[in-house]
Amino acid sequence: MQVTRRQFFRICAAGVGSSSLAALGFAPGEALAEVRTFKLARASETRSTCPYCSVSCGLLIYSLGDGAKNAHKEIIHIEGDPDHPINRGTLCPKGAALLDFVHSPNRLRRPEYRAPGSKEWKPISWDDAFSRIARLMKDDRDKNFIATNEKGETVNRWVSTGMLAASASSNETGYLTQKIARSLGMLAFDNQARV
Amino acid sequence: MALQSLDITARSATTTPVPTARQTTKVAKLIDISKCIGCKACQVACMEWNDLRDEIGTTTGIYDNPRDLSDQSWTLMRFSEVEVQPGRLEWLIRKDGCMHCADPGCLKACPAPGAIVQYSNGIVDFHEENCIGCGYCLTGCPFNIPRFSKKDSKAYKCTLCSDRVAVGLEPACIKTCPTGALVFGSKEDMILHAEGRIADLKERGFSNAALYDPPGVGGTHVMYVLQHGDQPELYAGLPKDPGISPLVSVWKGIAKPLMSLGIGLAVFAGFFHFVTAGPKEIEEEEENRS
Repeated sequence: MQVTRRQFFRICAAGVGSSSLAALGFAPGEALAEVRTFKLARASETRSTCPYCSVSCGLLIYSLGDGAKNAHKEIIHIEGDPDHPINRGTLCPKGAALLDFVHSPNRLRRPEYRAPGSKEWKPISWDDAFSRIARLMKDDRDKNFIATNEKGETVNRWVSTGMLAASASSNETGYLTQKIARSLGMLAFDNQARV
Repeated sequence: MALQSLDITARSATTTPVPTARQTTKVAKLIDISKCIGCKACQVACMEWNDLRDEIGTTTGIYDNPRDLSDQSWTLMRFSEVEVQPGRLEWLIRKDGCMHCADPGCLKACPAPGAIVQYSNGIVDFHEENCIGCGYCLTGCPFNIPRFSKKDSKAYKCTLCSDRVAVGLEPACIKTCPTGALVFGSKEDMILHAEGRIADLKERGFSNAALYDPPGVGGTHVMYVLQHGDQPELYAGLPKDPGISPLVSVWKGIAKPLMSLGIGLAVFAGFFHFVTAGPKEIEEEEENRS
């Protein structure tokens, strides 16, 4: 395109003129704005318990999707449960950071086994882990179970093995845990809630 | 009503009037410094809700972590060790972040239309998609809050969780606070709540306990209960009487209208010259020479 010197001046003047008009307010923007869309509007809400300390704060876990068959749930947000009597919606900094705890690459996702004297943890299957725990418990119980005391009274004690249960359990889980431990005759039975 | 879920009261660099018919409740966050234990749950909840992750910093011997506000850290606990009375050390912990001024210096200074808006409930919000990255909001802010992102050269700050408040929820920091140092509600209720706390603090010997709601910026929608209300500077340099920098009023109040007037006058003078003197006639010979 050929532009003469005078045409160049005219183009410049037109450009400056039109942009000045806009600057003077002849083409104002409309006074509209929108807040960021509420990201949990249709997310699935699941109640849970904080896994950290023995206070056991109530959580609301929000995940992608509405629970439909083809939607894979992915946790996108965690906050306190306002209806939980312990924390009433509040969370400490650790609890408030649970989202990164869930998605942490260092999170333990399967049972691991370290043999006595070994420095290495080896992944094992859940079946192997349960079988091994059951085997060791059975062997120890068979060897050390006390059915009667010296007076001949039935006591059914198993004092050589103890159990430490989690605090982040529901009442129902706690009931079952208690039943299992006591029905085996275990006396040393404690809970992280005492920590 | 309209596109927006919260009504607008003010919008940066915009001259068109805003809708004002609807009356909405003014909200406020109250930070009771006497109840804060510095656990930083508010910082974590803020990052979690707003999908922010700051860089992991280094320790230099103080508790402030991270060291300063950033585009990824919109709120920050600032720890101050002071001796108000000799021999009586006090550890004052202030949650720093946007104060959501009723008369926001950032919005006044901003030249980008719609980059900063003030909603009718009192929240001052940045809309980064309209931000041109000029940095005037940093000059305009009396509390030194907005921060630039190195990634996109746009300014970021606390939104008072406008997305949560718009659907009737409290901000993330308020919800998580384990000690109840942070409370949220209507501004009226928050002032009442603060009065109760101040009366309590005065009974406990903090005779200068006061509410921080500075009139220099028209009051704020984030307020503090200070044990030493007469010396807000003790709390990591909280300004005693904040106001909008005179640079902003000189630029926006005097320089900009004068400049606009100058542009208008130049256009008018050109038109006047065209009407009276007419266009310059160009001879063909001259045209060919140029």
